[in-house]
Amino acid sequence: MSLLGKLSLDAIPYHEPIIMGTLAVVGIAGIAIAIAITRHKQWGVLWNDWITSVDHKRLGVMYILLALIMLVRGFSDAIMMRTQLALATNGAEGYLPPEHYDQIFTAHGVIMIIFMAMPFMIGLMNIALPLQIGARDVAFPFMNNLSFWLTAGGAVLINLSLGLGEFAKTGWLAYPPLSEQSFSPGVGVDYYIWALQISGVGTLLTGVNFLVTVFKMRAPGMKLMDMPIFTWACTWANVLIVASFPILTAVLGLLALDRYFDFHFFTNAAGGNAMMYINLFWAWGHPEVYILVLPAFGVFSEVISTFTGKRLFGYKSTVLASGAISILGFIVWLHHFFTMGSSANVNAFFGVMTMIIAVPTGVKLFSWLFTMYRGRLRITVPVLWTLGFMVTFTIGGMTGVLLAVPGADYVLHNSLFLIAHFHNTIIGGAVFGYMAGFAYWFPKAMGFHLNERIGKASFWCWLIGFYVAFMPLYVLGFLGMTRRLNHTNNPDWNIWLYLACIGAFIILVGIVLQFVQLYLAFRDREKNRDLTGDPWNGHTLEWSTASPPQFYNFAKVPQVRDLDAFTDMKEQGTAYKKPDSYAPIHMPKNTASGVLMAGAATLFGFAAIWHITWLAVVGLVGTVVFLLLRAYDNDVDYYVQPDEVERIESLHLNQVKEATA
Amino acid sequence: MTIMTEAAYLADDSIRQEDAHDHEHHDTGDTTVFGFWIYLMTDCILFASVFATYAVLFMNTAGGVSGRDIFELDYVAIETAALLFSSITYGFAMISAHKQNKSATLAWLMVTFALGAVFIGMEVNEFHHLVVEGNGPSRSAFLSSFFTLVGMHGMHVTAGLIWMVVMMIEVVKRGLGSKTVTRLSCLSLFWHFLDIVWICVFTVVYLLGVM
Repeated sequence: MSLLGKLSLDAIPYHEPIIMGTLAVVGIAGIAIAIAITRHKQWGVLWNDWITSVDHKRLGVMYILLALIMLVRGFSDAIMMRTQLALATNGAEGYLPPEHYDQIFTAHGVIMIIFMAMPFMIGLMNIALPLQIGARDVAFPFMNNLSFWLTAGGAVLINLSLGLGEFAKTGWLAYPPLSEQSFSPGVGVDYYIWALQISGVGTLLTGVNFLVTVFKMRAPGMKLMDMPIFTWACTWANVLIVASFPILTAVLGLLALDRYFDFHFFTNAAGGNAMMYINLFWAWGHPEVYILVLPAFGVFSEVISTFTGKRLFGYKSTVLASGAISILGFIVWLHHFFTMGSSANVNAFFGVMTMIIAVPTGVKLFSWLFTMYRGRLRITVPVLWTLGFMVTFTIGGMTGVLLAVPGADYVLHNSLFLIAHFHNTIIGGAVFGYMAGFAYWFPKAMGFHLNERIGKASFWCWLIGFYVAFMPLYVLGFLGMTRRLNHTNNPDWNIWLYLACIGAFIILVGIVLQFVQLYLAFRDREKNRDLTGDPWNGHTLEWSTASPPQFYNFAKVPQVRDLDAFTDMKEQGTAYKKPDSYAPIHMPKNTASGVLMAGAATLFGFAAIWHITWLAVVGLVGTVVFLLLRAYDNDVDYYVQPDEVERIESLHLNQVKEATA
Repeated sequence: MTIMTEAAYLADDSIRQEDAHDHEHHDTGDTTVFGFWIYLMTDCILFASVFATYAVLFMNTAGGVSGRDIFELDYVAIETAALLFSSITYGFAMISAHKQNKSATLAWLMVTFALGAVFIGMEVNEFHHLVVEGNGPSRSAFLSSFFTLVGMHGMHVTAGLIWMVVMMIEVVKRGLGSKTVTRLSCLSLFWHFLDIVWICVFTVVYLLGVM
């Protein structure tokens, strides 16, 4: 083995014009950004205020930035697949050869779930949750920074696979025996393993961190059943994270042992059992979809309650419904492989459990409907996403109940009907929710409004595009088309494949409009400042801060008396009241330890992928050394002095006075 | 990865949520310990996943040895005793730490370390013998899962030993401040947790294995 392990110049795919073109564009964009940062002398700001920041609000913004970048990458994969399938009909080969196409559909799934949806969800949670419970930060601010950089490290690895080596050709599930060394000897599956493993540890730490935050850091007076509904939804998601991500860690670890050290967990030979991988994977994978969608449900509840100007209907039953979904989510994993051949009774149990999940989900839908009933719904961008979700997700949920019937599943398993179903729930549920949350909390996080008109146009493109792109896949499923086909030769399918491709381009317009909206908002930010900090007449504590919030969140920790704490304060006249005096505020200092530790861990992952033993040792030792340096650094916190607090608070209160005058 | 997760707690202190003018500096140690406890529960699920894998695969010996052929209960009993005693001695270390008795704390930590090292040494020896006799983890799915389950516990104990060395240096250099005692408490939870996991390993792998 050479000094660079399996790594050599042959790893760069010179002969692939599509990849080299992409790399060129990414490279030029990167250089352009670097030049812009240098010209505006922003490197120091970038490092001091963002990269090393332990502020949950800034970390939230960085998570969402990561999610948007990865959305572009994942969507590029999607539109390549759709155009390939629209071109490669009637026996034509299209423009993507199978070995490239297989990497694309694998990357699309991994990126969209792990590096788009998860960071988006965690980003929203970071921005809103500590503010909603009246806390000054999360329980472990440094660990929060570390979590982000571990997630980013995983994203770096998966993107590296584009220009260095290859990505897995196994599908996003990496089922063995295909993902074993004997059938996937390249580095693709190793990229998969380490990208997921490193970002997975980051997610796990986030789950622990936010659970401790809600249990230990709530403002005085706020009982658990007084927490805002989004916080509750996230809390259930965090329970699911800490309960399910270790299973992913374990199963990826076992697959790595098979691949690196010739173990026999999932191999065909020597008594391995591939179905064990599939069971363990889905024991994580199914709770994972609820991790994605529960916070989105929370966003919808906040949005509906805020924009109807009413208290949420059935708060308690909504909280309990989330809990029921969380628990049921752990006993349905087998429905992903009814065709494994378990006994009829086993399949029936998992089928029935799956159908039961529709009940608490229905409870939530009625909660939103009854909240709207006799309310005065303001049709804003977040509300549009919510209404679009309610219709779309209901359809996706019903096709899910169809698939939960084992007999029907035997026919539809691995067909495009399944693909249509889970895109229907993940886009129509989770992504619409994140978009709603994005529009809802954007003024809070950034201090200025988004462009409403373009935001609405983007929504309509997404909604129409979604239906045009995915309804044909239901039909194709019934017509017998299976997933992951590279080219087809069945005239009956053609029209539906063309339609789906058109739908993908309509969604593309929606995504472009999102970025146009961001650009316009940023350009006109001086005109569209949110001076009050409460642009929507909100109900919960995050709206009682300035926009963007003061870095210490609350000058005085609020006293909570009601479920809609800020509404209560506004009604009692205690909102925007200046206290007699301010006390020093204890705050954590920014630190480079998180990015250094995650960098070393990513280096370890890279070395493991390419079998570079010495570099792996360097990465591992580096991780531990940076950790110990942090552990024995005494200079980690400081106090904000009362006169500084006074200055910042007066500024905010004056702005509020001017804006409301 | 595990060492990173567990140790992230070492490096982080919760910020104080109460206003500082209370003049009474509330200890954030219990937040740290609570967070560490949740982390241990995730570790528990990690072990549960590998236990489940072992339970599914332990009969798949692929024509090779089974548990009955290779497990020596007497040997494992001594190993087990060493680890269980180390939990008691760690308990003594914690009592001394709460009494602010630095030298006794250090002494008990050293005894604990020695017992833990005996455990690891015996385990490495057992693994070595198996590999030399051609019963390494590549031989069969049973041996893969045996080495992984027992080895994963062993790696946790090793991480605990390294952590213990770090803590001994910390106690020597910084004494028994509240931050240090909090960290000792986290290690204490970790150490006792590994004991409980070992009791499961001993029962499921070794006792049921020789039946």
